Amino acid sequence: MLDITNLHAGIDGKEILHGVDLHIGTGEVHAIMGPNGSGKSTLANVLAGRPRYEVTEGQVLYEGKDLLTMLPEDRAREGVFLAMQYPVEIPGVNNIYFLKAALNAIRKHHGEEELDAMEFLQLAREKMKLVDLDESFMNRGVNEGFSGGEKKRNEIFQMAVLDPKLAILDETDSGLDIDALQVVARGVNTLRSEKHSVLVITHYQRLLKYLVPDFVHVLADGRIVKSGGKGLAEELEQKGYEWIEQEVAAAR
Amino acid sequence: MSELREQAAQRFAQLGWPTPELEEWKFTNVAPITRVNWRADGQARVDDLGASMRASALAELVFVNGHLRDAGGRAAGVEVLPLSKAGSHPAIANHYARYADYQRHPFTALNTANAQDGALIVVADGRAVEGFIHLLFIGHGDGIWSHPRNLIVVGRAAQVAIVETYIGTGNYFTNAVTEIVASESAIVDHYRIEREAVDAFHVGTVQIHQERSSHVTSRHVALGGGLVRNEVNVALAGEGANLTLDGLFVLADSQHIDNHTVIDHVKPHCDSLELYKGILDGKSRGIFDGLIIVRPDAQKTNSRQVNRNLLLSESAIIDSKPTLEIQNDDVKCSHGSTIGQLDEEAMFYLRARGISEAEARRLLIYAFASEIVDRMKIEPVKEQIRSAMARFRP
Repeated sequence: MLDITNLHAGIDGKEILHGVDLHIGTGEVHAIMGPNGSGKSTLANVLAGRPRYEVTEGQVLYEGKDLLTMLPEDRAREGVFLAMQYPVEIPGVNNIYFLKAALNAIRKHHGEEELDAMEFLQLAREKMKLVDLDESFMNRGVNEGFSGGEKKRNEIFQMAVLDPKLAILDETDSGLDIDALQVVARGVNTLRSEKHSVLVITHYQRLLKYLVPDFVHVLADGRIVKSGGKGLAEELEQKGYEWIEQEVAAAR
Repeated sequence: MSELREQAAQRFAQLGWPTPELEEWKFTNVAPITRVNWRADGQARVDDLGASMRASALAELVFVNGHLRDAGGRAAGVEVLPLSKAGSHPAIANHYARYADYQRHPFTALNTANAQDGALIVVADGRAVEGFIHLLFIGHGDGIWSHPRNLIVVGRAAQVAIVETYIGTGNYFTNAVTEIVASESAIVDHYRIEREAVDAFHVGTVQIHQERSSHVTSRHVALGGGLVRNEVNVALAGEGANLTLDGLFVLADSQHIDNHTVIDHVKPHCDSLELYKGILDGKSRGIFDGLIIVRPDAQKTNSRQVNRNLLLSESAIIDSKPTLEIQNDDVKCSHGSTIGQLDEEAMFYLRARGISEAEARRLLIYAFASEIVDRMKIEPVKEQIRSAMARFRP
């Protein structure tokens, strides 16, 4: 599904990722953990195509295609979804109108018939239940006046509607209470299947209790320094990131 | 009336055309208007350019080059007459040219001297009119000027909604004056939609006089015209009066639109809320010059003035000059202005969900305007604005 090879990238002329290698197979859930400043969000943003991030070396293949030369909207249409760390408020753009436009742009891209208002509403209602979002949210501006937790749930709601092949969650768990955490995990677990891959980026292990990954990677100083199974997350939780940093330093 | 015309003509001769040396005109040079040898035209017949709202309005008057062409509809409790046939109406004697000051404003003097026709709307005391009245002014032809003149008198505790639309084809000049009187406890919802031809000149003056506890909402949308000056002057002349003044101006190419507003808090306990939003593209130039005056007697004034602008091109220019002039210290007043580009974060967010860059741009531009458009209460007016903004429409 996704092959990242020797990825060097940064922002404003400063390199943050110093050669990331990562392979995500179809149907797999990967977690990337790491301390603040390790480059986790840079990786997420580069994959989604956020402007101002520059790739200086390496390549990213998504379903065999060069992801980095694709426009952000084309990445989305091909099935890449980024649940943002800080979802932006867009007053005046209606939540439901926006999501319908997005879904229909994706459907059109795949030569599928666009959904009409009724069909879309039916789909949206079903997915809203999944994330415990009240219907009144749908007629407000995108994320307008939403609490932090509501914004994150809206991201997962959008993910559920758009049904991406590769979902990237950028610290979706930060600032959430246990209930909201479970809602997020439920949303992702529902998406989980042989055809869907998930990349969870997180600082803490707690989301991974509910959303059990197949693989865990540790990102430190712009490189993946350790990979393992779900047990690695628990080990990190007990020993802290310093343990990794010391181990990496010793290996050098 | 003829005496008034004569006085106004003399006054215009004294005042002359305004020049940029005047503080009130420093952003706008009307020289291109003064160079044309304008003439009036009472003969032109044109269609309504799709701007008629006959199907939904209670009553509609249509003027071409300032002359009445068509009148239709009626509503109980409200008189809608062409001024040319309303000379003996008591409202003329009591109110006409009492508020729009031709002694001070050259274009008001020019209008008062040359007005061909316009509407007189009188709403009886206590009468709440359901629906709206439409006044449509069509300019047509090159070198033609017109001076539409309207007087709207809303009685005590009466309620009415009135829409003015300005549209046309050619290189013409429309110089319109509308006086609105909101009597005690009256509720007025006023719309002014300026969609003149790209080569046209437009000077519009709206003069609002509010008495005790009256509520006026006046909404000014400027979309057309090559060189446009829109003046709105409001006197809050009775205690507890309430004003909402909304503006939306959307410019492209080399359009020039100058919005000049004065809100005069004369009496205590009045509220005014002013929001003007500008969208500027191409090499256009927009101006927001807004003054709020709080007189010494106007204690407990509550006033807020905001101008927000969205610049879509590097060549577009906006001058924003919100001004407060407060003459007593028992008031709550604020003002502010912002100038910005499309929000990069919002653009990325929309695109990251599969929406194209062009579509995302349109969505965000339209969203910026929607704050003004969405709170309008007349659906056909919203529809007109949406269709006039079609190039931004998602």
